[in-house]
Amino acid sequence: MIQVVCSIVMIVLMISLGLSFVRVVLGPTLADRVIALDMAATLVVALILTHCVESGSFYYIPAAISIALLSFVGTVSLAIYIQRGGAS
Amino acid sequence: MIRDILVCFFLILGGLLSMVAAVGMLRLPDLFTRMHAATKSGTVGVASIAIGMMIHFNTITVTSKGILVIAFFLLTAPVAAHMIARAAYRSGVSLWILTRIDEWKTHGTDGHEED
Repeated sequence: MIQVVCSIVMIVLMISLGLSFVRVVLGPTLADRVIALDMAATLVVALILTHCVESGSFYYIPAAISIALLSFVGTVSLAIYIQRGGAS
Repeated sequence: MIRDILVCFFLILGGLLSMVAAVGMLRLPDLFTRMHAATKSGTVGVASIAIGMMIHFNTITVTSKGILVIAFFLLTAPVAAHMIARAAYRSGVSLWILTRIDEWKTHGTDGHEED
């Protein structure tokens, strides 16, 4: 039962990742793209945790923690970049 | 058996919350409303999937790492969203046309102070 549920949840997360990347392409401003990429990193962490449940190995959880921290650092640096005026 | 049902419940809840976050990210009209969808639903979705993972493995190492993941997300997602929102507002991102309350325009500073 858990295998089937994990497959369904991973498909749903991949659809969410596709919708988030649609926003990355469409986004009118830079801040929209930054938010969409931050959410894509969140969904990647969710995918890694679902894969841990599906395969039964817990060696990928530190990768999830590091992706979360790196996405936070990237978002903060891009926020400072936007606040200083962007490319202008 | 009851543990499997709990794991499936939390995984499906996390997947549905992530789906809600993605649909809100795509369909909402404004940067600031989109940020609500992304940070709140996305954070709770990841936390729900981490809770399901902790119930599934049921060991102390995995539980501590899962608590670490949830704590990082609960700490960093509001801070990142707040910084992006402040930077976007100061750089002149327009609000939604039906926005009724803009407290920074009426009560706040002009956005020129140093921080």
